[in-house]
Amino acid sequence: MKQKYIEDINEIKDIMHRSTRFISLSGLSGVSTGIAALAGSYIAYQTIFKDQDYLTYNAVEINNESIVYLLLIAIATIILSISTAIFFTSRKTKKQKQNVWDHQTKRLLINLSIPLITGGLLSLMLLFKGFVGLVLPLTLIFYGLALVNGSKYTLNEIRNLGIIEILLGLIAFQFIDFGLLFWAFGFGVIQIIYGLIIQRNHKL
Amino acid sequence: MKQVLKDLDKAFENRIRLGIMSSLMVNDYLDFNTLKELLGVTDGNLASHLKSLEKSEYINYRKEFLGRKPNTNYSATTMGKKAFKKHINAIEQLLK
Repeated sequence: MKQKYIEDINEIKDIMHRSTRFISLSGLSGVSTGIAALAGSYIAYQTIFKDQDYLTYNAVEINNESIVYLLLIAIATIILSISTAIFFTSRKTKKQKQNVWDHQTKRLLINLSIPLITGGLLSLMLLFKGFVGLVLPLTLIFYGLALVNGSKYTLNEIRNLGIIEILLGLIAFQFIDFGLLFWAFGFGVIQIIYGLIIQRNHKL
Repeated sequence: MKQVLKDLDKAFENRIRLGIMSSLMVNDYLDFNTLKELLGVTDGNLASHLKSLEKSEYINYRKEFLGRKPNTNYSATTMGKKAFKKHINAIEQLLK
């Protein structure tokens, strides 16, 4: 009799967890987006930031040509990140025999998107007004806020990842000369580390 | 001990009904197909267990149309939530 109720409790926990959270997030997608971010920031450094005076970084002179380059690099990085993340995550979803596009996925995406799109639009506006230096820390902060907001609907680790990104963003504002370095650290290195942690904690 | 056994709710003895109730405790509402996928049961099986929970007034449903497709959303009633909590507490007592 006791055994039945222990199983009941486990069933209740499992269903509550599965019905509220998107659990198929793949750690490998964290690794792949991290690598894309590192590559993107390296290219951006080589083409745009290398010859700039770091001390006057927040008032950096950036011409229209550089802005186009920067946007192209950013767009390429984003596309590469999103497509590899979708690839690894949908592969894991199939392995776990879950639906990719269900109630939980939608809820996660909506809650991620609200801070993310706000931050993205704000960054674009700042970029076109010439505040290039501000954009890097700002994207870290908004990405972190998006993760914290979405973490209620997916793996618990995401919340801590979000908090780390927010802190890095704030530090990057303070030491704005090293914005790109912090950006590469947050979106690249930390993201890869968290990807590996998730991969280890949620093996099939 | 006697009191504990009385608190155990017959409505939740069945695994599927327990599953329906667990998911409706943590979601404001879920539709039929989501419940079906979540619990991995057939249409007929799910429908009969939903009906029995409705009869005990533990859950409510609301029909709506998504375009032309009918869609039924289920949610737990206050009474159902109370009963579920009581049931869980009884299990906890039993496992102590």
